[in-house]
Amino acid sequence: MTVELGHIALIIALCLACIQAVVPMVGSFSGYTHWMRVGHSMAVGQFVFVALSFACLTAAFIQDDFSVAYVANNSNTLLPLQFKISAVWGAHEGSLLLWALILSGWSTAVALCSGKLPLILSARVLSVLGAISVGFALFLLLTSNPFDRILPIPPLEGGDLNPLLQDFGLIVHPPMLYMGYVGFSVPFAFAIAALIGGQFDSAWARWSRPWINIAWVFLTIGISLGSWWAYYELGWGGWWFWDPVENASFMPWLAGTALMHSIAATEKRGVFRSWTLLLAILTFSLSLLGTFLVRSGILTSVHAFASDPERGIFILIFLGIVVGGSLLLFALRGPTMRSVTTYSGWSRETMLLINNVFLVSSMAMILIGTLYPLLADVLDMGKISVGPPYFNIFFVPLMSGLMICLGFAGFTRWKNTEGRALLHKGVIPSIVSLVMAFVLPMFMVDKLSWSNYSLTAVVTLLLVLWVVTMSLEDLWLKSRGKLSSLRGLSGSYWGMLVAHIGLAVCALGVGLSTAYDAQTDLRMLPGDKTELGGYQFQFVGVERVQGPNFIAYRGNVEVKSGGELIVRLSPEKRNYTSGGQVMTEADIDGQLHRDLYVSLGEPLGNQAWAIRFQVKPFVRCIWLGGLLIGLGGLLAALDKRYRRRRLRKGADESSGGLVFE
Amino acid sequence: MKVVGGLFLNRLALFLPLVLFAALTIVLLLGLDKDPSELPSVLVGEPFPSFSLPALHDADKTLDERDVIGEVVLVNIWATWCFACRIEHAMLNQLAEQGVKVIGLNYKDNREAAITWLNERGDPYAFSVFDERGRLGIDLGVYGAPETYLLDATGTIRHRRVGVVDDRVWNNEFRDLYAQLMAVQR
Amino acid sequence: MNKLRKQRLQVVLLIIVAGALASGLVIYMLGQNVNYFYTPSQIARGEAPEGVFLRAGGMVVEGSLVRDMDSLALEFKVTDGTSVLVVQHTGILPDLFGEGEAAIAAGKVDQNLVLQATEVLAKHDENYMPPEVAESMSEAYLDKRKTAAGTQ
Repeated sequence: MTVELGHIALIIALCLACIQAVVPMVGSFSGYTHWMRVGHSMAVGQFVFVALSFACLTAAFIQDDFSVAYVANNSNTLLPLQFKISAVWGAHEGSLLLWALILSGWSTAVALCSGKLPLILSARVLSVLGAISVGFALFLLLTSNPFDRILPIPPLEGGDLNPLLQDFGLIVHPPMLYMGYVGFSVPFAFAIAALIGGQFDSAWARWSRPWINIAWVFLTIGISLGSWWAYYELGWGGWWFWDPVENASFMPWLAGTALMHSIAATEKRGVFRSWTLLLAILTFSLSLLGTFLVRSGILTSVHAFASDPERGIFILIFLGIVVGGSLLLFALRGPTMRSVTTYSGWSRETMLLINNVFLVSSMAMILIGTLYPLLADVLDMGKISVGPPYFNIFFVPLMSGLMICLGFAGFTRWKNTEGRALLHKGVIPSIVSLVMAFVLPMFMVDKLSWSNYSLTAVVTLLLVLWVVTMSLEDLWLKSRGKLSSLRGLSGSYWGMLVAHIGLAVCALGVGLSTAYDAQTDLRMLPGDKTELGGYQFQFVGVERVQGPNFIAYRGNVEVKSGGELIVRLSPEKRNYTSGGQVMTEADIDGQLHRDLYVSLGEPLGNQAWAIRFQVKPFVRCIWLGGLLIGLGGLLAALDKRYRRRRLRKGADESSGGLVFE
Repeated sequence: MKVVGGLFLNRLALFLPLVLFAALTIVLLLGLDKDPSELPSVLVGEPFPSFSLPALHDADKTLDERDVIGEVVLVNIWATWCFACRIEHAMLNQLAEQGVKVIGLNYKDNREAAITWLNERGDPYAFSVFDERGRLGIDLGVYGAPETYLLDATGTIRHRRVGVVDDRVWNNEFRDLYAQLMAVQR
Repeated sequence: MNKLRKQRLQVVLLIIVAGALASGLVIYMLGQNVNYFYTPSQIARGEAPEGVFLRAGGMVVEGSLVRDMDSLALEFKVTDGTSVLVVQHTGILPDLFGEGEAAIAAGKVDQNLVLQATEVLAKHDENYMPPEVAESMSEAYLDKRKTAAGTQ
């Protein structure tokens, strides 16, 4: 009964979404205030019903209702409770329902926080969001219904959740990621509303900015979590594979970052209007494209959901309408978006433009690399795959260029900056960076006894130190050397500082772990030892253990440094009882300056095992950096100017800023 | 002149994203068409592969392609580990009741579990071939379960469906062809 | 307004030039880093370029996995139903690797037509086959039958 209730709730949500999509928009043209207000209540109503639907599906999982096909395919009586709940979004239909839930959630947030927006604008924004909700609800109900039953004989036992997904990572990564993906529908809606209305000024930028920031923060954290999860869950130490599904999440992030920076210029100086609008459309389009790529079966990938061309066609049509329609609108309304001010030379505007060129180029390059195999297949050029080298060869120089420009970020002034003054600011930091970049690796070689002096490490350190020293110099100058003036710096500034340093930390992790990664696969008998990266690993033995829904071989490896025992690692090889799937569960000792990573390969007979040992220096910095970047975005979003202005005595100061409850 | 030129270039540039997107859509559309379950199998129009495998219910009995050829039949790839097959099973039972001859190919499965599965859910198959290693699957180019092949009376493969056969699929892809083949058979 | 228009024209020109350069570079790099998939039959017929990084795959022939006693060197054979490809690799095999299952290996073919694999992939579910492998299976079967028919 709950299942049918969930199904009906979804249908009701669809109806509400239809009303939300049409009525406010019509009202905005005809001036009917009541109609325009409808959008707000519909958004909230839609959220209630989608949430109800989601709750019903979750209940089906918790109650082990295997008459529901989706539950039977993805759950099992032996599955621990937290994974039963996270299994709700573990496969296509359920994750789509999560999309719909989050979309209605964002719409509700817009509805509740748009008190200070002109009604025409908020009505149109909610209309656009409603239209997108209609698309997803239709997609769910017509092609991907999570509430389909298996009749007449329901199975007594479910098929189980893929063991790779039975993990804390699955509980947090997709929701975080979807909050980001879906969150960019809000700036998208704002852009469409602006194009329709022709109103596009600083106020618009100020209203839409917090939404961009917050969505971006979620996406940043979502991607970082995904990478970290792949690292420890897939069992082999990789953290980025340029896999199509990874790329599908990274491209919106790059476009979103460009958007965040572009809108800063639009708000402050009224420039880059076309760029900002285009980027807002582009970011969300990439989210939708990513959804398409992952769910249509068009690309084979380790992440991709099961394929169904019917679903692919639906998403493609949806994509065509949403993206094609918005780009057409953009092309037609473009001329009304002229910028009215100029900038020159090494102004902040120029730097932001360069920054965005780097970001958008990276995104385009990744898009081409991801779609090329498909194009080749369509043109009958054979079955090809594009290897990681293609992506790295472009991405590394582009990001390096970005980081060089990044250093100057804080010092640039709007409208114009003295080129020479800029260079002056860079003198000390560049000297410091150069020296340290060449010197530090020598210590790394000594202390951690690697045998190579690495050029990659030098370049990495150079870029990282450059960004950090320049940022600190800027902070020093802005606070005029006084600790007390730090309080006077805005949230936006702190956000920028933290995010940029976060990027540097992330780059540090990427560069150094690539440069100094030590790895070896060995055949080991109990008692065998090996030396790697300055550590001594000893394989003690393997024992059989029983888990809640698996049986495992658990290895015992002792790690020593200079004769002293540092840690015991217990990697496992699990055999899941219901699906019979085998999984490698690595054991990691993680410290900021290095990870010790051991995974069991396979039994070779006579007590011998193939084992992989890895020492990965500074790899943790990658995700720490990611979190810092997210934190930076959060600080920027919480900037006071977005919050309700304090009412001055006798005068109403609130002039259009967003209200945060 | 400058004014006109600038405006035109501007306009053109604004339409560029749309044009690029249109090109992308075409590529994606063609890509979907190429999807293996949409594209006819390499083997459509070819005779059913020869094989020599045991029967599911009777381990001593060996079946070969002659047991499959001779009538208009559906050959259905199924397994107990395949959940979509459970959804499809009701449809197969229904088709069998309506007089459609269905032959099962039990793919990479466990014999006892498979027999129990059929006992629990009804057996729509005239008989099932037990392809434990997937040998016949290799020759057919099977991706996995469920898959269904429609054979005519001469044993030529006339249609292949990768994925569940439900009402809609049967009506769109199989029904008319099946009727046609049955008419010829008589 | 002149300054503004000039500025915009400069930006547009810059974008076009940079775009052309970038496109050229991208196309070149793609060409360099694209990995083609070959079937065992194609390799047996000599259609695969020697010394070029490529992917190949098929069903792992039962009983063909041989391991060295002292190291992680190993060898196995894959087939598409017609021809057999020998794959040599040093390292750990993925969890989903198994005899009678589909596997894809990436590496270079040496002059003995042996694939020296740097990577062995078995990403798909143990019960589902990668589309490239499945397609090559049925094509190979067809070829085999045509050859058999031709010789009669």
